[in-house]
Amino acid sequence: MAVAVGRPSNEELRNLSLSGHVGFDSLPDQLVNKSTSQGFCFNILCVGETGIGKSTLMDTLFNTKFESDPATHNEPGVRLKARSYELQESNVRLKLTIVDTVGFGDQINKDDSYKPIVEYIDAQFEAYLQEELKIKRSLFNYHDTRIHACLYFIAPTGHSLKSLDLVTMKKLDSKVNIIPIIAKADTIAKNELHKFKSKIMSELVSNGVQIYQFPTDEETVAEINATMSVHLPFAVVGSTEEVKIGNKMAKARQYPWGVVQVENENHCDFVKLREMLIRVNMEDLREQTHTRHYELYRRCKLEEMGFKDTDPDSKPFSLQETYEAKRNEFLGELQKKEEEMRQMFVMRVKEKEAELKEAEKELHEKFDLLKRTHQEEKKKVEDKKKELEEEVNNFQKKKAAAQLLQSQAQQSGAQQTKKDKDKKNPWLCTE
Amino acid sequence: MDPLRQSPSPSSSEASSPRTLSCERLGYVGIEAVLDQLKIKAMKMGFEFNIMVVGQSGLGKSTMVNTLFKSKIWKSTMPGLRVPMPQTLQLHSMTHVIEENGVKLKLTVTDTPGFGDQINNDKCWDPILGYINEQYERYLQEEILITRQRHIPDTRVHCCIYFVPPTGHCLRPLDLEFLQRLCRAVNVVPVIARADSLTIEEREAFRHRIQDDLKTHSIEVYPQKCFDEDVNDKILNSKIRERIPFAVVGADREHMVNGRCVLGRKTKWGIIEVENMAHCEFPLLRDLLIRSHLQDLKDITHNVHYENYRIIRLKESHALPRGPGWVDLAPAPSPAPGPAPTGTRASPGPAKVCRWAEDNSDEDF
Repeated sequence: MAVAVGRPSNEELRNLSLSGHVGFDSLPDQLVNKSTSQGFCFNILCVGETGIGKSTLMDTLFNTKFESDPATHNEPGVRLKARSYELQESNVRLKLTIVDTVGFGDQINKDDSYKPIVEYIDAQFEAYLQEELKIKRSLFNYHDTRIHACLYFIAPTGHSLKSLDLVTMKKLDSKVNIIPIIAKADTIAKNELHKFKSKIMSELVSNGVQIYQFPTDEETVAEINATMSVHLPFAVVGSTEEVKIGNKMAKARQYPWGVVQVENENHCDFVKLREMLIRVNMEDLREQTHTRHYELYRRCKLEEMGFKDTDPDSKPFSLQETYEAKRNEFLGELQKKEEEMRQMFVMRVKEKEAELKEAEKELHEKFDLLKRTHQEEKKKVEDKKKELEEEVNNFQKKKAAAQLLQSQAQQSGAQQTKKDKDKKNPWLCTE
Repeated sequence: MDPLRQSPSPSSSEASSPRTLSCERLGYVGIEAVLDQLKIKAMKMGFEFNIMVVGQSGLGKSTMVNTLFKSKIWKSTMPGLRVPMPQTLQLHSMTHVIEENGVKLKLTVTDTPGFGDQINNDKCWDPILGYINEQYERYLQEEILITRQRHIPDTRVHCCIYFVPPTGHCLRPLDLEFLQRLCRAVNVVPVIARADSLTIEEREAFRHRIQDDLKTHSIEVYPQKCFDEDVNDKILNSKIRERIPFAVVGADREHMVNGRCVLGRKTKWGIIEVENMAHCEFPLLRDLLIRSHLQDLKDITHNVHYENYRIIRLKESHALPRGPGWVDLAPAPSPAPGPAPTGTRASPGPAKVCRWAEDNSDEDF
């Protein structure tokens, strides 16, 4: 049943004036309350060589000891290690995930160093996309693992970016918000630092690397973002140890020639990084990840799978239908393959059976043959036995006959010997 | 201890299932600044709210909307004016942008003149359900595009206020049928309209009878019991549930009472003040809808009702001809008469405590 809906076109939105207090100005608070009860997710990826200070910087940023063991230098390849923590400040719960690149820059051949990183980021997008495409999904309590910010640690050489850095950043810039930082900045002198920074930025620009732009469209944050962007890349120093400075304890690194204070803006840009990353732009980073990087991934992935928004007749396609069609196609293929495999299996089984039957027949034949020979042998033996027995019988007979003769002969012999003995006696007596 | 901390596998693309550990922090980091960032962003983008009023003509729907938002959203039809009675149920939508203290709200009010006015009111809920589903469909189409808009315009109905005529007896069959069908698709807030024709005792009795009726027919109106998330919500919502349906009076004229200018209805026996809790429960309705539960209404619409619709649509899309049309509702599941649709629609199981789309896969098809 078609519904006649009388509706003015969208452009004629009227602005009404209220004659009293309605109360929907509490809407932002309602929204915030809802988000607070759900908690926030924030995922940071730290890319940098081993030993450049990634873990220390994370500890310093979030004012806590994340307790990880330092990585060794002999990893065979780049590996990503993700760890999740739950931080709570007043009533805000933050699920923080820190992803470390272990073994980055340690190999002799660094051609493929960027690949595990890109794969990891894509895998998180893929997981989210799968959840979104599910029929029965629960997006609102889905633990978002997509990387919201990538801190790229640049080694403080003082000259320029390494080619590994350029290549990696170029591969990552369309997938994640990159914030380049100069690590261990206490090894660079101030004047060198300025030159280093401008060299890095110009290299990034000339190579077309898109780093994260702090948003300047919102009046409240435009000013601070604009001033901070000038200092990119931030030169940071991380430290979790406290040193007494004046009459306060502050995070710092103590050298024989002085103390580098982490939170002192003259010494390093740590405070700026913390402001930008957490206090001013966390929400914007999350939004950019979702609306730009994730959408780009989703579009590419779906187009790759063969979906279109409109067909040649420019009628809108149903994504789910094409998805179903593809799936059925895929299932059909799988079934065909299964059939093939099954048939092959059956064939092989038949062959093997035939072979085995052959072998069995042969064995039977052999057995028969053996049996026959055995029979023959047996017969021969029997015959021989018979012969032997006969011979034995004959022998026994002969023996018996002979014994008889002998006994007879003996008897007569005995008489004879007696006579002989008697005869002999007189001879003996005569002696 | 360590195996717990070290998460994943040598294969680098494995995300760890979050074994979250609480860390003791040693100082202030500034995480709570994210709340302000959220607020700023939300205020910049503005809010949207879509409300639908359903009820027979003459119950004061347009006046109520005007009173709620304190502005002339609708020209309320005065009795006596020759307004031709619409032959079929039509829906009128008007969109306004109102601003208060920097918060911009794009309000869309959908009226349903002609509801329940015919002699034969069979299936008069179909156009309304069709409209609601059409909005869901529109949103779904936008959501499954390859190149999506940054912010999908939200025209889904967040709240439907149902006006119950003040008969004083109990819910009529038309009310029951309508409520049963609609509660599964949208958040429904029933109100007793024109409550100034009932005395306080009559109101209470009527309210109890309505509550009993709703319970007997297992109609879950907003705030739904199954979506209470924690104890605080339960307590708050139980209080509200005790007073549902609110007995309201609408007025958009101001009168002087005791030197104050108040909204009210002037009668020969006195002035009924709309904002006076002793006279009517309009403030409760306004607080519920606007001041405390607006975001909640939108969230339940998005997370539950829209998801339920999406599940049904996606499951049956392979049976459709290619490309469901936008306005043509034929391919969309129009609720068939009888108890069957309650089977295909998700029925909020009373045992469910958390908010998620209901598991109705067993009941489907």
